[in-house]
Amino acid sequence: MFKWLHKSATETQISHGQRLWLYILASIIMFLLVVPTLIVIPMSFSDSQYLQFPPDVWSTRWYAHYLGSSEWMLATRTSLKAAFLTMLVATPIGILAAYGLHTSRIPFLRMAFVMMIMPMMVPVVLVAVGAFYAFVKLKILYTLTGLVLAHSILAVPLVVIVTGAALQSYDMNQENAARSLGAPRWKAFLTITLPQIRFAVVTSALLSFLTSFDEVVIALFISGGDNPTLTRNMFNALRDQIDPTIAAISTIMIILTTLLMVLAQIFGRGKS
Amino acid sequence: MQAPPMTNSDNHAAGLRRDERLEKLKLFGLASPALLLILVILVIPVGWLFYVSFVGADGSFSLENYQRMIESKSYARIFRTTFQVSFLTTAICILIGYPLAYFMAQLPQRLANLCLITVLLPFWTSLLVRTYAWLVLLQKRGLVNEWAMSIGLWDEPLKFVHNLNGTLIGMVHIMLPFLILPTYGAMKAIDKDYLKASSNLGASPVRAFWTVFFPLSTPGLFAGALMVFVLCLGFFVTPAVLGGGKVILVSMKIVSNIELFVNWGAASALGVVLLVLTMSILWIASRFLNFKNMVGGGQ
Repeated sequence: MFKWLHKSATETQISHGQRLWLYILASIIMFLLVVPTLIVIPMSFSDSQYLQFPPDVWSTRWYAHYLGSSEWMLATRTSLKAAFLTMLVATPIGILAAYGLHTSRIPFLRMAFVMMIMPMMVPVVLVAVGAFYAFVKLKILYTLTGLVLAHSILAVPLVVIVTGAALQSYDMNQENAARSLGAPRWKAFLTITLPQIRFAVVTSALLSFLTSFDEVVIALFISGGDNPTLTRNMFNALRDQIDPTIAAISTIMIILTTLLMVLAQIFGRGKS
Repeated sequence: MQAPPMTNSDNHAAGLRRDERLEKLKLFGLASPALLLILVILVIPVGWLFYVSFVGADGSFSLENYQRMIESKSYARIFRTTFQVSFLTTAICILIGYPLAYFMAQLPQRLANLCLITVLLPFWTSLLVRTYAWLVLLQKRGLVNEWAMSIGLWDEPLKFVHNLNGTLIGMVHIMLPFLILPTYGAMKAIDKDYLKASSNLGASPVRAFWTVFFPLSTPGLFAGALMVFVLCLGFFVTPAVLGGGKVILVSMKIVSNIELFVNWGAASALGVVLLVLTMSILWIASRFLNFKNMVGGGQ
């Protein structure tokens, strides 16, 4: 693995010693990228009201406080429910759209694609304000339904891009062969195409889950009442004071998202 | 010349064409649930915001919401701050991100993948968690101040949060992956033989870098920088927490106009300006760049 150290560093024959400054700089940057986030983990086990590193006395009191608080539990349940339902709504809708856009070669396709990825381009504050207005009219403000619908429009573009890319590299002739042998299109898709793009499907499902689970700004506007999300409560708590409970929640969130992304990486591997 | 008489096969061909058109439409229909959702929750409400921004206090058509924006000093300051923060964040991201991408692009693949994790880990960690982490680290009695004072870097605790410094630190940390990933992608795609050729022809390493490597990496760098700039323009969470009310960006003014003052006219006019700015930057960029590269993070 370290054989490269004996070669020159670049094609222009610079030695590693001459580039020591770059290695030091890069190490510092990578340190700053990772450590500030991870340092929350040991701090969350501090017994003190003021977050310490390293903690003088270790304890799990902030975890106990989190698990014992009905308010945080309600928010956690809402976030998990919303994320799970968003995954269930956005993934099939996105796959249908990606398949439709891929197979139908109609003239205004580009426009449809632009509209599909619009939620990624419009500043999220405007998506939130717009959804707030729409949900007041539709009378689904502060409901789980509204939350799932709003988060789904953020997740759909991701699903369309990820599964769309998989369809691009998939040989459609396989599906055509199945159809010429008498399978209806839906059956050909389900039995021939879908199994072969399954990695993209799993990846996009996990991304949909995460998108909803991590989302803050829309949740600030349209979640609340009986259905506040975890991120909404965290944001509001942050504005007031530095509550160590948030360090405990942050730790749990870091572990959960890392787990999901590792899963996505494992499933995504098979693609190439 | 007379048109040839219609034959059976012509009829057949016309029928097939009609079938094909119908089939295409049906397939396109599969995209309709997604398009409908986006239409109802995003396009129509944003269209309504456009409309509201042109309605005055008395309910008739007026430009007063935009006029206020031009005349009021506080709005001018908000736009100035927004551009200042976005520009500085982008510039710092380029200065920090380009060397790191360059470093990773020349490592053997396995080591590079290992280093890439350090970029991806913050990328998938919740932005709220990362903002919180910086708040904890940078506060008056936070780790950074405590350590720096214990080794004698400075004597009084420095103020890092609830001002521009804290906002910039947090935003650079959050935006860096958006710059590094496309830049790294572009660098990996550069054919190393070009560099060999240039040094073969007598270019010094520094010259080979600036005349060969750097220009070839600019599409990725440009895409990343643009992405960062556009995301900064509409950013809310990190400046709201780390800025502590001292750094007010357009997005925050939109939120406070609605939450505190219930002033939809002012909020929607700001929203329209923000949207038009964002969209025109993206549109101009799409003339020069492959759009898919940007959306897909260049991977």
